[in-house]
Amino acid sequence: MALAGLGLLFFLLPLAGLILRAPWDQAVAGVTAPETATALELSLFCSVAATVVAIVLGIPLALVLSRTTGNLRNLLRALTTLPMVLPPVVGGVALLLAFGRRGIVGSFLYQAFGIQIPFTTAAAVMAETFVAMPFLVIAVEAGLRSLDPRYEEAARALGARGWMVFARVTLPLLRPAIFSGAVLCWARALGEFGATITFAGNFPGRTQTVPVAVYVALETRPDSAIVLSLVLLAVSLAILVGMRDRWLGAL
Amino acid sequence: MARSSVSLNASVKVSRAGFALDVQLDVEEGETVAVLGPNGAGKTTLLRALSGLVPIVGRVELAGEVLEDSAHRLRVATEQRQIGLVFQDHVLFPHLNVLDNVAFGLKARHRSDAKQVARLWLESAGLSDKASSMPRELSGGQAQRVALLRTLATEPKLLLLDEPLSALDVTIRAEVRRELARQLASFGGVRILVTHDPLEAIALADRLVVLESGRIVQSGTPDEVTARPRSRFVADLAGVNLLRGKGRGDHVELTSGASVAAPDAGEGDVFAVIHPRAVALYLSRPEGTPRNVWHGQVEDIDLHGDRVRVRVKSSVPLVAEVTPASVSELRLRAEAEVWVSVKATEVSVYPA
Repeated sequence: MALAGLGLLFFLLPLAGLILRAPWDQAVAGVTAPETATALELSLFCSVAATVVAIVLGIPLALVLSRTTGNLRNLLRALTTLPMVLPPVVGGVALLLAFGRRGIVGSFLYQAFGIQIPFTTAAAVMAETFVAMPFLVIAVEAGLRSLDPRYEEAARALGARGWMVFARVTLPLLRPAIFSGAVLCWARALGEFGATITFAGNFPGRTQTVPVAVYVALETRPDSAIVLSLVLLAVSLAILVGMRDRWLGAL
Repeated sequence: MARSSVSLNASVKVSRAGFALDVQLDVEEGETVAVLGPNGAGKTTLLRALSGLVPIVGRVELAGEVLEDSAHRLRVATEQRQIGLVFQDHVLFPHLNVLDNVAFGLKARHRSDAKQVARLWLESAGLSDKASSMPRELSGGQAQRVALLRTLATEPKLLLLDEPLSALDVTIRAEVRRELARQLASFGGVRILVTHDPLEAIALADRLVVLESGRIVQSGTPDEVTARPRSRFVADLAGVNLLRGKGRGDHVELTSGASVAAPDAGEGDVFAVIHPRAVALYLSRPEGTPRNVWHGQVEDIDLHGDRVRVRVKSSVPLVAEVTPASVSELRLRAEAEVWVSVKATEVSVYPA
């Protein structure tokens, strides 16, 4: 009991600190301050973009995962879930080595098209996608595995071909799984720090997302850092409350 | 060889770990065949094989078109077969309303009038008012009727029904069965019904095929199969005495004019079902006053393992199942005079 209370306290004290020390009188002004607003806007854009990319790439990946078995499946699954356990900063380094100017793909992109990915907004989106996509893949794959295969069989027996079965039956039935996966993915992308700062850097208005801004502001403008932290806390709480049935039941 | 009639000729072998299905099935146009068998006999596998959902070794030909021929590595995909598959528990698409469910197969065939045609089908079944309902808002019976319409709307040549009534509540089963019988009668193609309920099979089918452990053990008209069951399963379930007649409240009036007392006979066309073990035989009129007592003559005696089936000819033709001991005790032999009695409470009545 005592240990449990200690554990709970361990979670609650930092949150209490955040709330008690918040400069509430400056909170509104803090959120609307130009630097903060820019970071929020960029964070919103990058996290939504990362979620869209994750949906577009993650659903087909989940389909493949749900339809393979045995060793191949274990291998694919380990690869797709690796970013969940990999330290994000390592992910950022890995992204640099792949897409940096001298990276295995990046050097080709630079020489052939003059494209440089690192330290751009695209890099921030890629970093967030890298770290957050597994959440979507896992959720959608679980949805696919729990889908009654007879719906697809019924559709085929009614004459529907592959694409129509997918678009008119599989995808609509997966909607709840896609939705909760997308929310998880978006939340993870929104909070992404390590891979982003490593691969995309810290350029206000271009790659400085809220978590990066918090870290930077803590040195120079601590009040601003606290306000931004509160914003992220509010978003997390909103997600937790809004999705409590889906998550707390499933996880 | 191409045939003009819509017949099905199938030779289906499916093997899986611990299970093998090996069935030769030929069904003529307009015929309803019921595949009857216990759970695990391979009935559903057979339907899935005919649908193309399970690969087979063998050959399936429908209306002159080869759907599958393993010898020539030929296999028509499920979606390109002119088949209709109705599942046990309807499997309506939960995210589409009733109209869109019925229109689904027509849309898959790129019919521009899909919704109008679907509306006509719903109208024909008196379900127009449910067109915009979602499947979860339907009763079990309604859902199964919509599922049947959804399949019929695609005008398949082969209709496959997998236990279409067994998921339904007993109280509405009779009503849905009647509707199913009506729909089957107006459907032109080949009809195969899978069931473990002999009554359902007898009520709906022209021919029974009894499947056990992946093999056909018996095939014939319902009368033939029930009269001479060749397997334990049929003897137990289909080997019942099945009498048709009209319900008259406390008794069933048979077409022969004889009457059978039953506690709850209802009204209208009914089946009276009496298990052979419930039929008692006596040499003289039994004491007491059971209401169902008839005098008759032994027609034949059939030894069936440790049980003996005695067919008695009387105003109510019945088969009794007795022990070998009582056969010798009663000195039963063909043409012997006997009294037959059945307790009214042993008579089950089902609406036909």
